[in-house]
Amino acid sequence: MTAGLWENWLLPGIWITIQLTLYSAIFAAVVAFGIGIARTSPLWIVRFLTGFYVEVFRGTSALVLMFWLFFVMPLAFQFQLVPMWAAVLALGLTYGAYGSEIVRGAIAAVAPAQREAAIALSFTPAQRMRRVILPQAIPEMIPPFNNLLIELLKATALVSAVSVADITFAAQLSRLATGDSLEIYAIILVLYFVLAFVLTRLMRLLERRAKAGIGQAPVKSGKGPLITRKLSSRQEAEQSSNIITAGGAQ
Amino acid sequence: MSWNWDVAKDFLPELGNGLLITLEATALGSVLAFALGLVWAMAFRSPTRFVRWPVAAVVEFIRNTPLLVQLFFFYYVLPTWDIKFSALTTGVIALGLHYSTYTAEVYRAGIDGVPKGQWEAATALSLSRGRTWTAVILPQAIRRVVPALGNYVIAMLKDSPMLALIGVVDMLQKARAEGASSFQYIEPYTMVGIAFILIAYPASLLMRALERRLGH
Repeated sequence: MTAGLWENWLLPGIWITIQLTLYSAIFAAVVAFGIGIARTSPLWIVRFLTGFYVEVFRGTSALVLMFWLFFVMPLAFQFQLVPMWAAVLALGLTYGAYGSEIVRGAIAAVAPAQREAAIALSFTPAQRMRRVILPQAIPEMIPPFNNLLIELLKATALVSAVSVADITFAAQLSRLATGDSLEIYAIILVLYFVLAFVLTRLMRLLERRAKAGIGQAPVKSGKGPLITRKLSSRQEAEQSSNIITAGGAQ
Repeated sequence: MSWNWDVAKDFLPELGNGLLITLEATALGSVLAFALGLVWAMAFRSPTRFVRWPVAAVVEFIRNTPLLVQLFFFYYVLPTWDIKFSALTTGVIALGLHYSTYTAEVYRAGIDGVPKGQWEAATALSLSRGRTWTAVILPQAIRRVVPALGNYVIAMLKDSPMLALIGVVDMLQKARAEGASSFQYIEPYTMVGIAFILIAYPASLLMRALERRLGH
């Protein structure tokens, strides 16, 4: 490894990956809540259209979508995005679709009596959603959202294919420059693992705060070896087992 | 919009050839993921922690790092150790290994779902450990996890275009080649995208139906 590679490519690459994850996550969250709430709409046309959106984007491959946005959109619509934003759009739309299922599931899991009580108190539908349903649904969303966020972080590696200079792209360059494939890819994998680990810790913290906010017991840490306890525990896997995770899993 | 039906018609046979490779990679990757995942899941249940811990650590590491980087790792590092595979084989190994960490979790949930009494009954009948697994636990565990495994097959299908980035001639690679040679991008890429939806959507409907049938 030569020093120049770290300074010029790898360190900025880490920053780009973090930015990509952050922007895509924000965009995906907006899509997830928008679509997820719209799918509970009383109007069948809204439910149908949002359902269609989710099925289309859960069925597409994120990489193909990225290539499509990168190559086809400029030709078909005379509208070109900076590669970084094409990537954020592709990731946000795809993972927003997965996220909307999580939102919908968590809203459906709120006790019906809560909804009835809000109606009895003559809240408007918007108030009911904002003041009663969502505050109880959101803490339930955090563990599956965490899994989805890790999937999103992993998917950011795809942007190297449309020449965004993230960690994976920097790794490709370093390999061409030095030929030390083993060292470079081992370092890159560890970097991604560290990022995933940090994200998971942050989400755990968020979950504890959210649960405390509505007076629920703090999260139990699972049994098992240290590593698995820190990262995705079995409990989370079970909680998200009926919700499609990234890549259409489960 | 300038959709050209002639270009689309000419690309169709190419798309078909690519689809075969896409499906082949998915099928082989699935077989590997199902088999390896079961190995991991049984290792989680091993009586010695010297097996449990390393396996858990490795599975956790693979699960939390990108498949694409793992793919490049295998593609560029294995040849330096004098292990020579074709791009497709490398891709299948990466795909299968990555998804085995997901299927392991599915199997584990299935195995944990088998009532404790079944283990005790097997002990009472003094069945060997191997017999307990093959004749008592696994038949009950696997039936329950079929839909979840099926969903991961769909996930693998949608991740398979990554193999194009190491030169496997799947659907995406066909579209890229078409774009590079004739500068027609609109039709090939759109057709590839639609092809994925056309396969993934009915498949996911099938899995949902299976889930209802087999119940939880």
